[in-house]
Amino acid sequence: MTDPLLSIRGLRKSFGEIEVLKDVDLDVGRGEVVTVIGPSGSGKTTLLRCVNFLESYDAGSIRIDGEEVGFSAPGQRRNERTLARMRAETGMVFQSFNLFPHLTAAENIMLGLRKVRRKSRDEARAIAETWLDRVGLAHKADSLPAELSGGQQQRVGIARAVAMEPKVLLLDEITSALDPELVGEVLEVVRALAAEGMTMLMVTHEIAFARDASSRIVFMADGRIAAEGEPRELLANADDYPRLAAFLARFRASYF
Amino acid sequence: MGYDLNFAVVWRNFDKMWGGLLLSLELAVISIAIGVLIGLVLALAHVSGGRWLRGVIAAYVETIRNVPLILLVYLVFYGLPQAVDIRYDAATSFVVTLSVYSGAYLVEVFRAGLEAIPKGQIDAGKALGLTPWQRFTSVRLPAMIRIILPALSNTFISLFKDTSVASVIAVPELTWGAQWINLNTFRIVEAYLIATAMYLVTGYLLLFLLRLLERRFRVGRHA
Repeated sequence: MTDPLLSIRGLRKSFGEIEVLKDVDLDVGRGEVVTVIGPSGSGKTTLLRCVNFLESYDAGSIRIDGEEVGFSAPGQRRNERTLARMRAETGMVFQSFNLFPHLTAAENIMLGLRKVRRKSRDEARAIAETWLDRVGLAHKADSLPAELSGGQQQRVGIARAVAMEPKVLLLDEITSALDPELVGEVLEVVRALAAEGMTMLMVTHEIAFARDASSRIVFMADGRIAAEGEPRELLANADDYPRLAAFLARFRASYF
Repeated sequence: MGYDLNFAVVWRNFDKMWGGLLLSLELAVISIAIGVLIGLVLALAHVSGGRWLRGVIAAYVETIRNVPLILLVYLVFYGLPQAVDIRYDAATSFVVTLSVYSGAYLVEVFRAGLEAIPKGQIDAGKALGLTPWQRFTSVRLPAMIRIILPALSNTFISLFKDTSVASVIAVPELTWGAQWINLNTFRIVEAYLIATAMYLVTGYLLLFLLRLLERRFRVGRHA
């Protein structure tokens, strides 16, 4: 793979005594959809949160389009304004949606467009409406988050992130907080984005979705990448990786 | 022994009380405005500052909250001009005192509000690429206001009533007006009854306005 859009090298991160990321290397190419799976506590979410520097990291590097995300030089944290500019290059969708409760669906999408992208109110509104339409919520533009179902909130969350035209979209267990019958509508939106060539790095427990929608699956265990590969190939050969096999077995056990 | 109520005398001097009420409101509004500023700045400093700064702020809050307001009023009006070369009229002195006093209470209200903002909302603001100042004005401040409005209403009403303490240094606010009528007409019951009614009505009106504001902000509280 030449010129990866997102390049992570030797990433290390500890919370106090506990090392949650132990020397992680990962590349995501333009238009690639990479899914990270693994048992809880394996460092998946932390890895994702390092990419847009919601978490700082102790060593290693994260580059987006060749530019180091959090540090201007080793150990030299970027100032907050530069960090904000770097973060605008990535979009993030959260497990618990995290919509701004005082803003309507449209306003949630418009906030970043206005403040960060410096769009006019009308322009931002038009973009917000386009995206709400794309996620099937044109009729909910003026609803507050509290008036929306979980699935609808999450679709607004996705619209808010992609409306900013990020280079990489980060999806952090975006269906984990949803009732089972609402999962499909959210995954459908992600599937459409993937088909359009949006570069994505996602953490999910929806193994079937990961298999169908991603170009690569990365299996993390104990802060390391324990296996990775083309989805069907990796899942078919899971028995070559004892920890992956055990993880998938537990999954099947809990689902069937 | 009976007491014949005679409100006529009070009505003749009602300008003292009406003017007093307006001054009470003025004292409250100015002091609360300054107090809100002090409270906001210190609450932000407390939430994002180091241990030393937190210590200083905690000392300020605890000192003010453990000293009776009337004592602070005396100290600032009579004591301070003795200690340093400073001169001000009673009303200014009271505004200074009540501002510092209200600031201490409001720091606590704002701090509790800031700390109660779900972390996910701040993360969402960061993830969009908002700068710290934009996150403050567009995410944290609106979220905080929604959380603290009920507590804020109580504090505001309480501070409005605290303006009555200004009467002890002869600031001609509402309580002082009632005292003046009492001293000059001896209609003690009437004067204080009317003053009480005026505090009551004004307090209710303020509460009503603040509740309206609360309702406006409350929508979509859980998300």
